[in-house]
Parts: sequence; C-alpha cells; structure tokens
Amino acid sequence: MLYGIRLEYFLILATLMFFVGIYGFLTRRNLITMLMSVELILNAVNIQFVAFNRYLFPDKLEGHFFSLIVVAVAAAEAAVAIAIIINIYRHFTSINVEDVDEMKY
Amino acid sequence: MGDFSFAYSIWIPLIPFFTFILLGLAGHILKPRLAGIIGTTALGVIFVMSLYTAYQYFFVYGMVDGVYQKIIAYNTTWLQFTDTLHIHMGVILDPISVMMLVVVTTVSFMVHLYSIGYMHGELGFERFFAFLSLFSFAMLGLVVATNIFQMYIFWELVGVSSYLLIGFYYQKPSAVAASKKAFIVTRFADLGFLIGILILSYITGTFDFITITDPNGAAIHQGSGTAFLGLSVMTWAVLLIFIGGAGKSAMFPLHIWLPDAMEGPTPVSALIHAATMVVAGVYLVARLFPVYYFSAPEALHVIAYVGGFTSLFAAVIACTQLDIKRILAFSTLSQIGYMMLALGVSGWGDHEGVGFMAGNFHLFTHAMFKALLFLGSGAIIHAVHSNYMNEMGGLRKYLPITHLTFLIACLTIAGIPPFSGFFSKDEILVAAYHHDKVLFFVEYFVAGLTAFYMFRLYFSVFWGKEPHYHHKPHEAPATMTIPLIFLALASIFTGFIPFTELVTTDGVPFHAHIDWGIALPSIGIGVLGILGAMVMYRRETNLPEKMAANLKYLYRWSYNKFYIDEVYLFITKKIIFRYISRPVAWFDRHMVDGAMNGMAGLTNLISFKIRGFQSGQVQKYAFVFVTGALALALVFIYLWTN
Amino acid sequence: MDFLSYFIIVPLLTVLGIIVSRNDKQAKWTAAIGMSIQLVLAAVLVFRYLAERKAGNMAEFLFYHDYLWFPALNIRYTVGVDGISVAMVALTSLVIFTGIFASWEVKFQFREFFATLILLATGVFGFFICTDLFTMFLFYELAVLPMYLLIGIWGSGPKEYSAMKLTLMLMGGSALLLVGLIGLYFHSAPDGGPYTFNFIEISKVQIPIQMQYFLFPMTFVGFGILGALFPLHTWSPDGHSSAPTAVSMLHAGVLMKLGGYGCFRVAMFLMPEAAHDLSWIFLILTTISVVYGAFGAIMQKDLKYINAYSSVSHCGLVLFALLMMNETAINGAIMQMVSHGIMTALFFALIGMIYGRTHTRIIDEMGGLMRVIPFLAVAYVIAGLASLGLPGFSGFVAEMTVFVGSWQNTGTFYRVATVIACASIVITAVYILRVVGILLQGPVREPWYHQFTDATWYERISVGFLIAGIAGIGIAPLWLSNMITNSLGPIMDRLNMISFIH
Repeated sequence: MLYGIRLEYFLILATLMFFVGIYGFLTRRNLITMLMSVELILNAVNIQFVAFNRYLFPDKLEGHFFSLIVVAVAAAEAAVAIAIIINIYRHFTSINVEDVDEMKY
Repeated sequence: MGDFSFAYSIWIPLIPFFTFILLGLAGHILKPRLAGIIGTTALGVIFVMSLYTAYQYFFVYGMVDGVYQKIIAYNTTWLQFTDTLHIHMGVILDPISVMMLVVVTTVSFMVHLYSIGYMHGELGFERFFAFLSLFSFAMLGLVVATNIFQMYIFWELVGVSSYLLIGFYYQKPSAVAASKKAFIVTRFADLGFLIGILILSYITGTFDFITITDPNGAAIHQGSGTAFLGLSVMTWAVLLIFIGGAGKSAMFPLHIWLPDAMEGPTPVSALIHAATMVVAGVYLVARLFPVYYFSAPEALHVIAYVGGFTSLFAAVIACTQLDIKRILAFSTLSQIGYMMLALGVSGWGDHEGVGFMAGNFHLFTHAMFKALLFLGSGAIIHAVHSNYMNEMGGLRKYLPITHLTFLIACLTIAGIPPFSGFFSKDEILVAAYHHDKVLFFVEYFVAGLTAFYMFRLYFSVFWGKEPHYHHKPHEAPATMTIPLIFLALASIFTGFIPFTELVTTDGVPFHAHIDWGIALPSIGIGVLGILGAMVMYRRETNLPEKMAANLKYLYRWSYNKFYIDEVYLFITKKIIFRYISRPVAWFDRHMVDGAMNGMAGLTNLISFKIRGFQSGQVQKYAFVFVTGALALALVFIYLWTN
Repeated sequence: MDFLSYFIIVPLLTVLGIIVSRNDKQAKWTAAIGMSIQLVLAAVLVFRYLAERKAGNMAEFLFYHDYLWFPALNIRYTVGVDGISVAMVALTSLVIFTGIFASWEVKFQFREFFATLILLATGVFGFFICTDLFTMFLFYELAVLPMYLLIGIWGSGPKEYSAMKLTLMLMGGSALLLVGLIGLYFHSAPDGGPYTFNFIEISKVQIPIQMQYFLFPMTFVGFGILGALFPLHTWSPDGHSSAPTAVSMLHAGVLMKLGGYGCFRVAMFLMPEAAHDLSWIFLILTTISVVYGAFGAIMQKDLKYINAYSSVSHCGLVLFALLMMNETAINGAIMQMVSHGIMTALFFALIGMIYGRTHTRIIDEMGGLMRVIPFLAVAYVIAGLASLGLPGFSGFVAEMTVFVGSWQNTGTFYRVATVIACASIVITAVYILRVVGILLQGPVREPWYHQFTDATWYERISVGFLIAGIAGIGIAPLWLSNMITNSLGPIMDRLNMISFIH
C-alpha cells in the first residue's frame, strides 16, 4: 500500500497546509476567506491525526474517530460561522473583518 | 469646727444651675418678667446663704486654734484619670473662697435685680437671665473649687458664659466679633493654663489644692530642679498657669478682649467684666499663692511686674478714651493690675503677707465700686442712649441718684478716705513700698492717673456743657436705683472690714494700722488728679485740646490703645489665616489629595494605554495568539532538548 | 439564640421588613421601630453589662458565644463584648436611630435608601461584637461597601467622584488589612494545632517580632485609613460633603470609629511589641493630623468640609491617644470615639437640616439663622461648644483624659507631641466660632429666611437624643470611664509586659 511513503511526507504536507491556513487567517480581510483558512487548518490537523494513527498505532482507530469528530465540528462551525457572517453583512453591509470592531475597548 | 456641717453650701452653685436649666428649657414659655423674677429670687436665696456661710465660717466655726481652716464641705469624684489623679467636684471653704462667695453673690444679685429694669422689653429677656444664671453657677463653682481641675472646668464655663453674654445682641456684628475675640484670646491663655495643670499634676501627683498648697507638704517642693531656661519645672508650671490667669484677668498683653467685651449689655459688663470673672485670675494666683511663694519666687516677680505694667498702661489709655464703658474697662484693667501686683509683692505670714491680704481686700472693694460704676454708667446709657462722653453733659440735674452714687464710686476708686478704695489701695502701696520701690512709685503715679481719668469721666458726664438731647433724660426705675444705692453703701462701708483679721496668707489673723506716711501722699496725689480733671472738664474749656496737641504722639498712641489690637490683627489675619491656614487648605487639596487623585490618574493612564491592545480586530488577536503559541512551543522545545 | 446576636438579627429583619413594605410610609416606620428596638437593646446591653460586672463577673468578654461556621479554615462566628465594645454598640445604635429621623424626608427611592443604610449599620454592629477576625472583616466590608451606593445614588455634588474615591481608598485599606489578618492567622498557632482567627486566642501567643514589624503597619494603616490617618484622610472631606445627611452621620459618627477600634483591637492588642517600637512613626502622623485638620478647617467655606476636617482632627486625636499606650490615654481615646461619634452626628444632622431650608452649605451665603430657626441654631451652638471641648459636654471629658494620659509619658518627644495636640483646642475654637459667627449670628441675610419653620418633631427627636448623649456623658462621665477602664486591664497588662521586656 503506502509503505513506500514515509510519515514525514504527510507531516510536511500537514504543516504546509496548517501554515497556509494560518497565513490566510491572519492576512485575509474577507470573512469567508478567513473561514476557508480555518478549514485548511482543521484539515491539516485531520491529516496528521490519520497519519499518526496509521503509522504509530495501526491496530487502533482513535485517530480516525477524532478526525471524523473534527469534520463534524467543522461542518457545524461553518454553518454557525456563515450564519454569523450573513448577519454581519446585514448589519455592516460588509464582510470585511476590519469593519467589525464594535467590541473594542 | 464642731458638728456643724457646711455641706449645704453645695447648693450655692447648684441653685443657679437649676435655674439655668429651667430658664434655658422653658424660658420661652414663661412670661419674661416671671423669668426675671425666678432668676433674681434664686440669686437672692444664695446671696443670703453666702452671707450666712460667711458668718458661720468667719465668726463661728472657721477658726480652730487661732488659724482659719480649709474646710472641704463637700466632695465627690467626677472622673478618674489614673490611680492618683482624680477630678473631684466639691466645695472648699477657706477665707478667700468665702470672701469670693460673698462678692460673687452680692454683685450677681444686684445685677440680676438691676437687669429686670435695664433689660426691660429687650428681645431674649429670659435668655439673658438664663445666661446670667449659667454665669453665676460657673463662677461660684470656680470659687469653691477644691482642686485645680475643677477650677479649670468652671474656668472654661465662665469663659463660655462670658462669650454668650457679650454676644447677647447677636444680630450686631460688632458684638459677635467681640464675643469671638474674648473667647479665643482667653482660650489661648487657657492653653497655657491647661499645660500648666498637666505639668503641675504630673510633678505633684494630685490636683488637690490643699495637698498642693500645703507649705509643709511634699507636693509643693516637687520639681525644683532646673528644667528649661534656668527655671525649675515648678516655676514653669505656675508661670503657665499664670498665663491662664492673665488671660482671664486681661493682663497685658492678653488684655485686648476686655475693652471690646463692653459690647455686651451693661449689667453683664458690671458682673462679668468688672467684678467677678476678670478677677478669677487674681483668685487663681491667690489660691496657689503658697506654691508661688515657696517654690517659684521668680514667677511671683513676673506677676508683680505684669500687674504693675498693666495698671500703668491701662490707666494711660483710659485718660484718652471717649466711650464711657471703655474707660471703665481700662480702669478695671488697671485695678486688676493693682491686685496682681499686690500678690506679686507679698511675703508669707503676718505683716510680710500684707500684699496677699491687700490684693484680696482690693478685689473685694473693687468688685463693689466697679460694679457700681458700671451699673451707674448703665443708668446713664439708659437715659441718653449713647456710650460716648461727648454726647453727654450736665446730667446731674436729670439723674440725681445716679449722680450721687457715681460720685461716691469715683471718690472710692480715687482713694479718698473714708471710702473703701482708700483702705485697700493703701495696703497695696504699703506692700509695694516694702518690697519693690520701683513698683511703688509706679503705683503712686497710677493712683493719680486713676483719680484724673475717673473725674474726667465724672465731670464730662454730669457737669460740662449740656448737648442737645433728643428727649429729656430721666432717672432709672427703682429696680435699677436700688442696686446703685446698695452698692454705694457697700463702697462706703466695706473699707472698715478688718481684712487683716480675716484673710491672711497662713490663716493667722494679725493687726495692721494705716501707715500715714504712705497714705497721706497717696491722698494728695488723688486730690491732685481730681483737681486737674476739675479744671479741665468741669466747664467747657480748650485745655484738653491743648494738652492733646502738646502730647501729640503720646495722645495718639494712647487713643489708639498703643496699637496692640492692630498687632493681634496682623498676627491672626495675616499670619495665621493667610500664611498657615490657607496654605494648609491648599496643601491638602492639591498635594495630599492631589497625590491620591494622581494615583487614580496614573492607574487610568496605564489602563488607557493597555486597552489599545483590545482593538476589536480578530486577526490581531489571532496573530498575537499564534505568535505566543509559537514562542511557547519554541521555549518548551528548547527546555526539553536540554 | 444568644443575646448579642440580636444586634445583627434586628437590623436584618428591619431591612427585610423595609423591602417587603408596601409604601414609603410603612418603610419609614419599619425603620424607625426597628432602630428604636435596637436602641432599647443597646440600653439593655449597657445595663446588663454593668450588672454583670458589678456581680463580679471578671471574664474578659461577656455574653460570649462561639459557633463554627467554616470548619475547613476554623473560621468561627464568635461574639463577646467588653466595656469598649459595649460603648461602641451603644454609640452606633444611638447614631443610627437618630439618623433615621434625620432622613425622614428623603424623597428618592426611599425604601432602597433605608434598606441600604440599615444594612450598613448591621455591618457596624457585627464588627463591634465579633471577636473572630475573619467574621469581623466580613462585617467590616459589609459596613464599607454600601457606602458606595449610598453616596453614589443619594448623594449631592460630585457624588460619583466622591463615592468612587471613598470606596477605592477604603478598599485599599481593606487590602492591607486582609494581608495583615491572614498573616496573623498563620501565626496564631506556633505550637501546632489548628490556626484560629479569634483574637482572644491570638492575643495569648507570641507572634515573631520580625513578622510583627511587617504585619503591624499593614493592619494599623489598613484600619487607620478609615480612622482618617494623615495623609490618607482625603476621602473624608469629599465623601462627607457628597453624602446624604444620615450617611454622613453614620459615616463620621460610627464608621470612622471602626478604624480606631480596629487599630486598637487588632493592631495594638495583638502586636504590642511592634506597636511599642513603631508607635513613634504613627505618633508623628497623628500629631500632624490633629493640628493639620484643625488648620484645614479654618479656611473652608462649605459646612460639611469644615466638619470633615474637624473630624480629621478629632479622629487624629483618637489614634494619637491610642499610640500613647497608657491606660489613661487609651481610656481617653475610647471616650473620644464615643464623644466625637455623637457630636459629629449631631453636626451633620444639623447641617442637613439647615441645608434643607437654605439650600446652600456655603457659610458666606447664609447669616442670622439664630433669629429665624432658634432651635436648630441653638443646637448648632451646643454642638460647636461640645466640639471645642467645653466642660459639661463629652468632648471635654475625652480630650482632658487624652491630654492627662499623654502627659504621663515622659520623654521630650511625647511631651512636645502632647503640647502640639493641646494647641488644637485653640484652633478648634477659632473655626467653630467663625462658623457660629457667620452662620448663626449677625443680621438675617435674606428676607425669605423669615418664612422658615423651625425644627419639626422628627428633627427634634434626632437632635434632642444626640444632645442628651453628649450632655449626659459630659455631666456624669464616671460610669463610662469606669466601664472602659475595667476592660483595659488585660490589654494594659500585655502592653506593660512589653515595656518591661524592653
């Protein structure tokens, strides 16, 4: 199967995805894009979960379960986040994150 | 002393106290006249009681083995400070306190009676009588004090009743100012008194007069070591106490409140500011006389010179004043100076102690004739509605009784025999002659000045040119003239009381004769003063103006009372108010409070800076979060790998 | 239920009654009745206390009861009183009783006002009867915190500022205090065994001297802030001037006494060695307080400011006397607390009543009130005379005891301090008479003043009781003095033991 592929490759991929996600989250001003960045971060973690599970404890399934939970939570989170974003849009007529700073001070 | 008990004498001060409570609480319900009668009756009762006590004390039970005893008629513990220092409230009977009882109740009774007429129709008539009762209570309590702290307590109480009575016309700003001044000046002096008491009680371990003043006891010789500026502790203590006495008796330089105190109703001036309260200082020194004599002779010298200087100083001022009550006030100062001087030059025992006797004698006679003078001036003011001499003249026709009694009083104070002032003043001169020649000649001169300014007053008011009166002056009602007559009789006859047999330093009677070598010149100088005044003031002449012009500077300084008031004003208004109080207030608002507000401000400032972090920008938060997480990760990795 | 706990239960029930009452009138009467009961209780307490002492009960604290309420830390609800606490309880009940009548006409949110006020009083009562430091502290906070609401909501002038300032400064004190109390707690059982907060127990152990040097300033300053210790007194003028009448009365009359009482009971009683060694620092501060407060009062224009500075001076004298550390002086300090409590409550009550008529508190804008409202004016004069230490009123007794006591300490330092403190009696006379002269005497300033009505019945109750208090103590002070002196014995033994060791 995948025995030729070493664990490090998965980790490199996950790390790249993670930091791409972080970078996107920090630099993008559009809330939707930020949400997408969060998805990237979550999925980077998912990849790590699955990879570690497969390589370190092949006879167990906890890593898979965790990634499934993350997927489920991410779906819920996306739904909530988009609902919030829609509300923000209605309120500010913008989904630029810099316009949403009413809570400061 | 047999089985006779003087315990009833506690009621002498207590009766006026209850009268005060009654009139103070229910006075506004009573009819004014009834209030007056209640007050006067109460005083009448204690007047009789005092006379009775004096009789019992001096002639029946007071003397044991030829010595007048100090009798504690009543004593109860009022407050305990330490195991040894207790304040008692009680009644001491010895020659001077019994004498003072008579003086106080006599004058007070006369003044009460007089006030019914004088204060008739005034607003606050019952309040006036309530205050008079309060004063009588306080003064009697002072007189019978068995210990120095009781004296201090009543000392303060007479001070406050004086304050209340000077400020009786409280809607008049000058009266308010005068009452305030009187209280604060005497209060300042009382500070000295208080500290003196603290020192005295600390070194002797008691407040009790009998223990302190026992010449053979241990207490009197305590604190004889040199303490400060070459004087012993005891000297400091009694000097400080004397400051209290000087404040109340208006000795230079604490005299400034007394002339202003004449803003009060005239009966008050007669009672408090002439006959009784102002001699409390003399009484205090007399009370502690053994201590002064045996332990602090330096203090006694100070007293003699302060007294002598005040008598001269006040007499000079009295010669130029125009307000008749102020003239009398300065005359009071001068006479109290005499008394202080007499105590100051006194020795101990028999003829040596003649000064002590003379001081008390003069206190007694002075109370009578000075009260008479004030009440007489009250009758004059009552008739012409002015205090100023230049608005009076020729009054002898309108006020015959007042005129006659006033003349008697003037002759008495001028020291003309056979009036009482002659005898008491003569004894003082004798005492001064034997101890201090300088003071003796000063007092000679003052005797002449006294005669001069009193007859200046007399001639200007009753003779001289008659000004235009708005309505014809009329003689006062009987309630006012009866006290005048009574006091005039007292002024004539009290001189014949054999004081040497009654009031002496050690309680042992002795005999004294008039020393005509001293008495005759003193009569002479008195007559000289009278003649001088007669020439200048009996008819309208321009002599006074000429004199004034010749003695330009002296006249002006004297007229302005040597500018002592201005000095005080400078110290209080300029220095204390402007340079102490205001800076303190400012310092408190801006420095102390500023520091507190500054701390609050600083906290605010810091939080203002910090809150900038909470920008509301999610990405900034996230950035800080990620950076922080990374930094922590690096730290942990570093720690783990090492 | 033990007797002393009624002092907490009655006010709490009153608060409850006020909350459930239907209208202002009911609330008013509930408060009045509740506090009357409290006053009666206090009188009963005084008599029972005196009777017990007379019967030869020499226990240090009478009516002692002990309940464990937080076993984990051995925190107890322990009540017990000696003569000093009895005096304080009597003072408090008198002031709160008259305070109710003085604020009979509060218009705004009446019920809430009274409920908060009485809650505050509950804290004060609790503080005085408890002997467990933690419970005391709890009541202390209960007494201090409602002040914020009372001033902030019902006050006048810059009330938010004043309320904030007062609360923050007192909280600062509480913080120091808490450190001190916890420090004491952890040194309460040097030989093992459970720690305790009960100060009677703590007083029996020796706290290490180094620890005392640290804890004594903490507790002394912590309580001292409430007792207007220079230079931490500035909450007082602002707080008092903004507070409504009854609150000023209670605050100056009673709350400031919490400070003196605490300094004495906790700081000095439990750490006598440190008190002995460090007293000179605080003695300097309090001497400054005494004179400085008096000078500060001379130039003020607002009646309440004058009185607040005067309180700084008088409360300074309390701490001054405590630090003199001999029986007479401490006796004087306690009497000064009682005396000043009643006196200043009377002052603030009268100021409130005058303000209610003239609508100003600036003395220069008033004049001649003696003519138009004689009752209140005479009462003001009496309060003033009591304040400047006239014999016949309580102030004199207290001050003289303090001065005589202070003078028993030899040493130039003590002597100079005493003389300076004595000088305050003159300065006090200056500012009191100044106010009386401007405010009450002289011609009537405004024609419409003639329409004033003199004191109403509830104002007369309030003023009458307070005057009876100061005059009663002033004329017959021996019982109070004896009551306090009898309780000072154990404390003095402890303090004297120290001077013996040194």
